Amino acid sequence: MASLKPGEANLGTTIMAVKFDGGVVIGADSRTSTGTYVANRVTDKLTKVHDRIYCCRSGSAADTQAIADIVKYYLDLYTAQHDEPPTVSVAASLFQEICYQNKGHLMAGIIVGGWDEQNGPSVYNVPLGGSLHSEEYAIGGSGSTYIYGYCDKTFRPGMSKDECIEFVKNAVSLAMTRDGSSGGVIRTAVITEDGVERTVTYGDQLPQQYLG
Amino acid sequence: MTSIGTGYDLSVSTYSPDGRVFQVEYAQKAVDNSGTAIGLRVKDGVVLAVEKIKHSRLLVPNSNKRIMTAGKHIGVASAGWMSDTRHLVKRVRDEAHNYHSIYKADIPAKIIAERMGMYVQAYTLYSAVRPFGVSTLLACKDKDGPQLYMLEPSGEYVGYRGCAAGKGKQVAKTEIEKLNLEELT
Repeated sequence: MASLKPGEANLGTTIMAVKFDGGVVIGADSRTSTGTYVANRVTDKLTKVHDRIYCCRSGSAADTQAIADIVKYYLDLYTAQHDEPPTVSVAASLFQEICYQNKGHLMAGIIVGGWDEQNGPSVYNVPLGGSLHSEEYAIGGSGSTYIYGYCDKTFRPGMSKDECIEFVKNAVSLAMTRDGSSGGVIRTAVITEDGVERTVTYGDQLPQQYLG
Repeated sequence: MTSIGTGYDLSVSTYSPDGRVFQVEYAQKAVDNSGTAIGLRVKDGVVLAVEKIKHSRLLVPNSNKRIMTAGKHIGVASAGWMSDTRHLVKRVRDEAHNYHSIYKADIPAKIIAERMGMYVQAYTLYSAVRPFGVSTLLACKDKDGPQLYMLEPSGEYVGYRGCAAGKGKQVAKTEIEKLNLEELT
């Protein structure tokens, strides 16, 4: 498995995607670190690869940007050839193919979330080794380790859009508090048939936590 | 009765002065002189049929299938050279497999039809090869339902509700047009 080169930009990260009836809520922190220095404190880790398909990036900033660019290219080509938008499943399969075939040279943990007409909302997790997992919700990045318990306890299938947004904001916020590689603001996006709503939640608006 | 090319028909990379590529037309003749193949797209699937001319009583049954499959959702029948058909079906199988290994999904009908059209057309560009002497009926079921395409030696492909190729194609087409294919199962 590859590791980060000395001085390489690292999306330490907390990323998350949650399915609800009608769409997907995705969220991420905004910290990019090179060692202890925060290279970018307002990073956008939620990257559009198609009109209704986004990916959440964690791991090497360079690797995930390159992979997302390639997948975006292939999805544009797919749309031109098939005369219809790709399904989230196709996008996730492309991420998986790249991550698996190049697993020795990449450090990328990606969550794919989106909506398509055939299957409705979908969330796929493509972790470091290049496996593919279709899930109701997915968490990833170094910060995710601190919120597994919270997420397992709080998530229920059939939550509403607003409940999912709150779930994502709370979870990412908790991870940002404990993980040194996660921080900054919380970026969220809600993807539905009708479009994508993007939001930023700043420090003063973060959910209440006991901070000592 | 047959028009002759006189000099412009020696290779497929030559046009005639009136804009025809004779080699492709001759390939079409090869199809027109062979056993008939019919395809019907109905409500819940596609039916393919071929006329099998038994030229000897010593033939082993089932040893020379003229309707072939390429993947779980694609069937192929043809009129013309059987050996050319086998070559094309191998290509269909490879394309379907290749598509699946990238997208992890079954190749849609219009995509496989387009890829095969491009492949057959490539053989009408170079004098080193000859065009395929087959009209291929591609039956494919994807998320938009069952579909039928006919692929000709020129590389042209069209989607059909019902089509026929080979010796009896005129008679077959007349009969097919009488049917109400949208209602049949």
